[in-house]
Amino acid sequence: MTPFLTLLQKELLRFWKVAFQTVAAPILTSILYLVIFSNALGGHVKVYETVSYSAFLVPGLVMMSILQNAFANSSSSLIQSKVTGNIVFMLLPPISYGEFFCAYVLASVARGLSVGAGVLVATVWFVDLSISGPVWVVTFAILCSAILGSLGMVAGIWAEKFDQLAAFQNFVILPLTFLSGVFYSIKSLPPMWQELSRFNPFFYMIDGFRYGFFGVSDAPPAVSLIVVGTSFAALSGATLLLLRSGYRLRH
Amino acid sequence: MNPAIEIKDVRKRYGPLQALDGVSLAIEQGEIFGLLGPNGAGKTTLISIVAGLARADSGSVRVMGEDVVTGYRSARRMLGVVPQELVFDPFFSVRETLRIQAGYYGIRKSGPWIDEILHNLDLTSKADANMRSLSGGMKRRVLVAQALVHKPPVIVLDEPTAGVDVELRQGLWKFMRTLNREGHTIVLTTHYLEEAELLCSRIGMLKAGRIVALDSTRNLLETFSGLYLKLRVDSQELPASGSFKVTESDGDLFTLRLEDFTELEGVLAQLRKAGVTIREFEVQPPDLEEVFVRIMNRH
Repeated sequence: MTPFLTLLQKELLRFWKVAFQTVAAPILTSILYLVIFSNALGGHVKVYETVSYSAFLVPGLVMMSILQNAFANSSSSLIQSKVTGNIVFMLLPPISYGEFFCAYVLASVARGLSVGAGVLVATVWFVDLSISGPVWVVTFAILCSAILGSLGMVAGIWAEKFDQLAAFQNFVILPLTFLSGVFYSIKSLPPMWQELSRFNPFFYMIDGFRYGFFGVSDAPPAVSLIVVGTSFAALSGATLLLLRSGYRLRH
Repeated sequence: MNPAIEIKDVRKRYGPLQALDGVSLAIEQGEIFGLLGPNGAGKTTLISIVAGLARADSGSVRVMGEDVVTGYRSARRMLGVVPQELVFDPFFSVRETLRIQAGYYGIRKSGPWIDEILHNLDLTSKADANMRSLSGGMKRRVLVAQALVHKPPVIVLDEPTAGVDVELRQGLWKFMRTLNREGHTIVLTTHYLEEAELLCSRIGMLKAGRIVALDSTRNLLETFSGLYLKLRVDSQELPASGSFKVTESDGDLFTLRLEDFTELEGVLAQLRKAGVTIREFEVQPPDLEEVFVRIMNRH
């Protein structure tokens, strides 16, 4: 267990040592989104009858922060280690690919949850919010951060330069999160966009997470859980296969 | 007793380049072994395969009897590698770097041993400094320390003295000898032939992915290299009838090449007979550079 625990600890320390940048900054960004959008649109948009727009925004913003930061953690750690060459310190010791995977994904989950919890706590001052299904909320937070942590590993292993990773982040992760219903209900979209949204797995992450707060959602919550659970299983499997093959790590 | 490292018919291809073309080699326990070769000969590829950083297309490698693929956990515990590139993790201090590295090998209470390594490598005063703030030489020492945290019986140093100043180079040589005396097997790749000649008991030479020479340093020097006889004489030329070969001349200074010491007496007799008076006289022993150049040209 010691090799795995050490790698996990190293990955946790890596972001915690620069927590101002890796935790505090994304929390501030989310609060700015909340303040700006709820003030600008609060009076004009009503998504669910029982929920104010500001309250509706909060779970979406929390989940968006979780997703983006979980992805950023594993992907940036791997690309930095690869580009600077210090990945060799982790490849020389007897660490199995399973331990490698678990350490990186758990550290991503930890960062995702830290930022998500930070956003949630900070918004208490702005919005009156209750959580109807805390287990549901926690399950989605953990599963979704693990999915993005795993995806971050794939991106970090695949990318050979920082700009390739930035492209992945800007052209895949960012559009999928913004078009997943963080700021709106997909029911407010034209039918074609509604249909397209249903192919976006990020939509189910946000929607299922939101269900845990309000008990209402756009898609049936069981469907969201199945989509999220299946995505996690598929991505984990793919990442483990990639690690086992040594792709772009062991030449 | 198992060899420290046993390499059997290892082949590795990178696209059109055959980086290793059937390398077989056994490095015995307790040796200081030198792996020599020009750039691109395959030294680093071979080291990478031994360390599990790269995978051979075919062939097998064992470290202290453990296969580096099927028994990778045991094999990697037996091996400490000092990489060629000056790499470090900018997030951590020297002590944190070493503690983490020890943890990767499953060592929990590494404190006293880390203190000892820091002391031996003259790093104690930098223990809590961030890696970023260290000079190149200090970073190199930390790399050596990292390779030693798990007390491996076999230590591989990939060009440890490349770009290192004279003082640190000599310090590292001394340290390698000490480790060797304590029972560690040392494998060294190097560009500096002087370094190999000074440290290594046995040498393997690689060229284009093949072993072109493998013998004790002494045998290589004896087999492949002749002697050089440097003379300052009282004339501007040597008798043309002599059976010796002049390789260099500059005024009254001549360098003659001899196959071995037995030729020396005959050459001196010929010179005396021709009436040449010798003013200064020096015999240069064989050196590895000559051996290296001859072997590389031959293959």
